[in-house]
Amino acid sequence: MTPPAKPAGTSGGFGQVVSKVPSRFLPVIATFVVFVATFGVGSARYEGFASGQVMANLFIDNAFLIVLAVGMTFVILTGGIDLSVGSVVALSTMIAAAALQAGWPAWLVVIVVLAAGSGLGLAMGWVIHRFGVQPFIVTLAGMFLARGLCFVISVESVSIKNPTFRDLATGSIELPGGVTITYGVVIALVVVIAAMYVLHLTRFGRTVYAVGGSESSARLMGLSTTRVKIGVYVISGFCSALGGLLFSLYMLSGYSLHAVGMELDAIAAVVVGGSLLSGGVGFVIGSVVGVLVLGTIQTLISFEGTLSSWWTKIVIGALLLAFIALQRIIVRKT
Amino acid sequence: MKNRLLWPVLALVALLVLNVVVTPSFFSLRLQDGHLYGSVIDILRNGAPTLLIALGMTLVIATRGIDLSVGAVAAIAGAVTCTYIASGGDPWIGMGIALLLCAVLGLWNGFLVSVLGIQPIIATLVLMTAGRGIAMLITEGQIITVDSPTYREVGAGFLVLPIAILISLAVLGLVALVTRRTALGLLIESVGVNPSASRLAGVKSRTIIWTVYVFAAVCAGIAGLMISSNVSAADANSAGLWIEMDAILAVVIGGTSLAGGRYSLTGTLLGALIIQTLTTTVYTVGIAPEITLVFKAIVVIAVCLMQAPIRIRVRQGVPA
Repeated sequence: MTPPAKPAGTSGGFGQVVSKVPSRFLPVIATFVVFVATFGVGSARYEGFASGQVMANLFIDNAFLIVLAVGMTFVILTGGIDLSVGSVVALSTMIAAAALQAGWPAWLVVIVVLAAGSGLGLAMGWVIHRFGVQPFIVTLAGMFLARGLCFVISVESVSIKNPTFRDLATGSIELPGGVTITYGVVIALVVVIAAMYVLHLTRFGRTVYAVGGSESSARLMGLSTTRVKIGVYVISGFCSALGGLLFSLYMLSGYSLHAVGMELDAIAAVVVGGSLLSGGVGFVIGSVVGVLVLGTIQTLISFEGTLSSWWTKIVIGALLLAFIALQRIIVRKT
Repeated sequence: MKNRLLWPVLALVALLVLNVVVTPSFFSLRLQDGHLYGSVIDILRNGAPTLLIALGMTLVIATRGIDLSVGAVAAIAGAVTCTYIASGGDPWIGMGIALLLCAVLGLWNGFLVSVLGIQPIIATLVLMTAGRGIAMLITEGQIITVDSPTYREVGAGFLVLPIAILISLAVLGLVALVTRRTALGLLIESVGVNPSASRLAGVKSRTIIWTVYVFAAVCAGIAGLMISSNVSAADANSAGLWIEMDAILAVVIGGTSLAGGRYSLTGTLLGALIIQTLTTTVYTVGIAPEITLVFKAIVVIAVCLMQAPIRIRVRQGVPA
């Protein structure tokens, strides 16, 4: 497919300043500009929009989506796709709620949920790699499986009454300036930093980019492509499970119909964040800003009040289109 | 060819046998007021929209593409028609407008893929996300109910057999005739194998890609009409939700490779029947409807793993 964007500067076109920036950073910068612009529009239109707390709320309301987008970034960097994340989130909330109701200790529940998500990811990665079935189909089956297992556990919504979970959910951390954030935000930020470390400073991370660029070349170079190809699905499964735990803190319930279609939000965030779906190009930080852009649009629409919720979908679609077009221009220039 | 269809056929037969064992009257049909009724007819009728969308999807996938937007397009078609009828318009004109709009949406998808060269999965993701928003914009977030006997015929009418399935089978016959009796099918496959090589060989690959996306969108539009006419209402939120996934599954189960370059219409028919039979089986066998999805996941994985080329690859120990 499209070759990974090379770090060489573009010759002309975008102007002197832009040509000094390596073109692989351009999409991320563009995402950041869009984020600042949408936030700026909000600040200009509504009093109280440009406050630290609105910013913090962006993180609080989207902590789980950030974690999902980080996992999805790994998969998409290798040129794969994971459609199961939304269902795994629902399954995680369901397992957590059901196990807590049965009186399991909170730490055990967390371990079980994370193990279940990673295990499902491992199974999907193994089938994709070993049998050469398309990731799209395997993770689609995984999506059905996880969603189905939710219904097996319970059809009803199960509320979470465990004191540890309640404390974690309602607890807040005071930041300077009177801004408060939740523990979920801290966890999400830790995940982002860990992901950036793994992607850029470890052999595994470099192999992820190599596999996304050209799998056969990576294998011929002696890189452990098998480990990476399966590993990214384990990471995505783990992130989905963790996202599910954060989501269960956010909703304080487990429900089979939680997070329907969230995989599309995660994919949209990654694409808006400047990653190429063909693999090899993209950054975790881009995906995080992508999530923030989507979150800002939702905040804007809720501030506007008169605009209906469907405009969110239309605007996100338009943004996706704009970023794809931008990617095409950059790829053609290099 | 036979080999490729062996596993889907076996899966379908197994499901049917299971049904007969549980309900011996499974295959019985009865004629009432000139309408055929029976479990098999139900499967056919409920599977008609999926089959129709899967047909369009087959051709798209044969060109190494994929169309995620069909569910949203189906919702738009229902929304446009119902809104038009509800405001006092003629059902036929309403359906005409809806299908015309769907063709335009197909042109849009085709433009993104063939002219701008955007990956199909992401190009159609745009419309998948925005399309449902557009459908809700048309219905203003309401569920629009209509009372039009003419419109109701499309999804719930009978001409001995349900009209919906007659439409789907007619489209299947038409596609089979047009692509397999002329060189068109071969050209579509050649575009799927290598778009630039086929262009150099004189195949108008851009036009062909454009055509298949328009066809897929129109199929989705007709399916959307069936879905909304069956309940005489347009629900922008849930009409055709996840039907793109069912359609893609039907195509893949039928032995068409997502890598493009070859397709089987018979396989798609089988795939769509398997998926619908599966859903019905879960109800008749008395498995709790909640675990339909688990069942579906298992069948999908099983059929995919059983298909011949994959097994050969495993035996040789060459990871794909």
